[in-house]
Amino acid sequence: MQTLKPRTMFEKVWDQHVVVEPKGEPTIIYIDLQLVHEVTSPQAFDGLRMAGRKLHRPDRHIATVDHNVPTTSAQDRLVITDQIANAQVSALRKNCAEFGVEFFDVQDADQGIVHMIGPELGATKPGMTIVCGDSHTSTHGAFGALAFGIGTSEVEHVMATQTLPQSRPKTFRINVEGELPNGVTAKDIILDIIGRIGTDGATGYVVEYAGSAIRALSMEGRMTVCNMSIEAGARAGMIAPDETTFAYLKGRRFSPGTPPTNLDGRAAREGVGATTNDFEAQWSLAVEQWRALVTDEGAVFDREMTIDASTLAPSVTWGTSPGMVATIEGKVPTLDDAKTDADRKSFERAFEYMDLKPGTPMEEVKVDAVFLGSCTNGRIEDLRAAAKIVKGHHVATTVRAMVVPGSQKVKKQAEEEGLDAVFKTAGFEWREPGCSMCLGMNPDILQPGERCASTSNRNFEGRQGRGGRTHLLSPEMAAAAAITGHLTDVRKWKNNDSKGGAR
Amino acid sequence: MRPINVLTSTAAPLPLPNIDTDQIIPKQFLKRIERTGYEDFLFYDWRYNFDAAGKTTPNPEFVLNKPEYNGAEILIAERNFGCGSSREHAAWAINQYGFRAVIAPTFADIFYSNAGKNGIILCRLSDEEVETLIQRSTKNPKHKITINLEEQTVTDDEGFKAKFEIDPFRKYCLLNGLDDIGLTLRHQADLTQYEAKHDAEFWLAPKGASL
Repeated sequence: MQTLKPRTMFEKVWDQHVVVEPKGEPTIIYIDLQLVHEVTSPQAFDGLRMAGRKLHRPDRHIATVDHNVPTTSAQDRLVITDQIANAQVSALRKNCAEFGVEFFDVQDADQGIVHMIGPELGATKPGMTIVCGDSHTSTHGAFGALAFGIGTSEVEHVMATQTLPQSRPKTFRINVEGELPNGVTAKDIILDIIGRIGTDGATGYVVEYAGSAIRALSMEGRMTVCNMSIEAGARAGMIAPDETTFAYLKGRRFSPGTPPTNLDGRAAREGVGATTNDFEAQWSLAVEQWRALVTDEGAVFDREMTIDASTLAPSVTWGTSPGMVATIEGKVPTLDDAKTDADRKSFERAFEYMDLKPGTPMEEVKVDAVFLGSCTNGRIEDLRAAAKIVKGHHVATTVRAMVVPGSQKVKKQAEEEGLDAVFKTAGFEWREPGCSMCLGMNPDILQPGERCASTSNRNFEGRQGRGGRTHLLSPEMAAAAAITGHLTDVRKWKNNDSKGGAR
Repeated sequence: MRPINVLTSTAAPLPLPNIDTDQIIPKQFLKRIERTGYEDFLFYDWRYNFDAAGKTTPNPEFVLNKPEYNGAEILIAERNFGCGSSREHAAWAINQYGFRAVIAPTFADIFYSNAGKNGIILCRLSDEEVETLIQRSTKNPKHKITINLEEQTVTDDEGFKAKFEIDPFRKYCLLNGLDDIGLTLRHQADLTQYEAKHDAEFWLAPKGASL
């Protein structure tokens, strides 16, 4: 047999999805799954209707509500008082019914942030192409899928054709080697990377995260890393599937080889008559396919970078762009640290917006609010890690703190483990699932001038509410800040027994 | 989508890098289900001042509120314009406000794609070229810039001339005002053939496989 040219994981997934390469035009690639939510879909459904087009593959679409929904109580979600938000949620409900899309409504046991429920359902799988009208679709790359955010015109395009015209991105491998120090998490890895390469450092690239520190991460940690690829400008982030990935997927509702008996009384798919062996064989065959996705020895990337994990520290943003990162033992930079005139201008503007003096030690920055949640850090492991820090302490009197689980499943799991009690006893609000204060489309917003330690992904001006100031950090760091009332080095925390490398 | 080729207009300078889509159109306006009516919300938090009760008045300092920049159809900004969220509302707001082109050294990927689907020309020029145009439009709001898509040039009558790169297919679509779905459906036969084979690859099926 002829020796094949070594390929990267991205190239393998891309090649498998090429429908046609018309001469002089972008390649048309097949999309395995489109995730749909209320904010970026109504105009796309409308477009289909106006053109008299059908939704080509309803079975390759999954929809839920997340951006707009109130998180205060189950009742508040059923009757949304914000009329414009309510109209948008109702529109999705109607559109899904009309076009035959499976829809996880506010009260459904599988509802949650769209990037939480894909993996939870086992809908997200290695080797797939996944899109959604949301930039944090990069999250799903943690499974070795090629997953990226798109605009509403493209959402409509996928609805009509299940394909997208795309020009082939370049490839960029970031190797994170070694062991993470105690108290340093996946969030700190990705914040460090963004700080290093800048918010446009990976524009035009698909990033593959590799190296022993990435391999050691749980699926939750890998999702956190891939989630913020977009904050470095990347088209997508990917991590090769391995035993950790397969263990996560096995037995999930939409995973191959999951027998209908595992479906908790849901309508069973076909195959009731099949034997356990048949299901096991199906699973093994899928795993065999997924294993072959890893980047071949000798494959060439357009760009490559290596980071020593052992040198990383807990990170926190000081400014109004995710690239404005310092370590917790560091300081707000001064204008002398600006490398270019453009940086200088951005720094000046950020100092003013954030109301921070250059040179202020990060640990001295006081916070008014703490937000624990989002598609970046709203998973069960994040809540467990934060609860460990919180246990036996109380939220500072000057701070309002809230935990917003990323999904109904996470909420239920956390409640079964008693984490809700830990948070509530400590003075945190315990909320219903959704995007919430990550972007403040629902009523969860900061007031002008308020400062928030947030586990989310963007610290843009006004992101969490007009005039609000955001510091991005890990769940552990957010929890510690809630207790002390200021940004706090979690490595000095006496409850902190989290082991390096695992997160 | 309206076809576009040659555009001559005054330009509004926004000399900042990393202008994100949250600034271009803040989230509270994403709750609408319409595709039109976003012009009044463009750069909302920068464009208006807010009093304690949240009442808005135009911020006289902001470039779009200066009468001398009325009618500008070109926006000039610094690098990484349109970073952040995938919201196409950003492209809709820019377009509906009346801009037909944005000039910057670099654009974020998703915004770049969204703009193209709304007939907006994005011109990537060098940092120095952008700086020159920003200075000229700041000093003289009546300064006119010409973008020629066919020739891929940006010129003015003070001797400025720069070339910009654009994907040939994207250029073809902009020149002819074509939208993508119809273009893709020309390949229906390829799609049908591909799908038949691909559907058998059950390990890539989103909702699992039956036995």
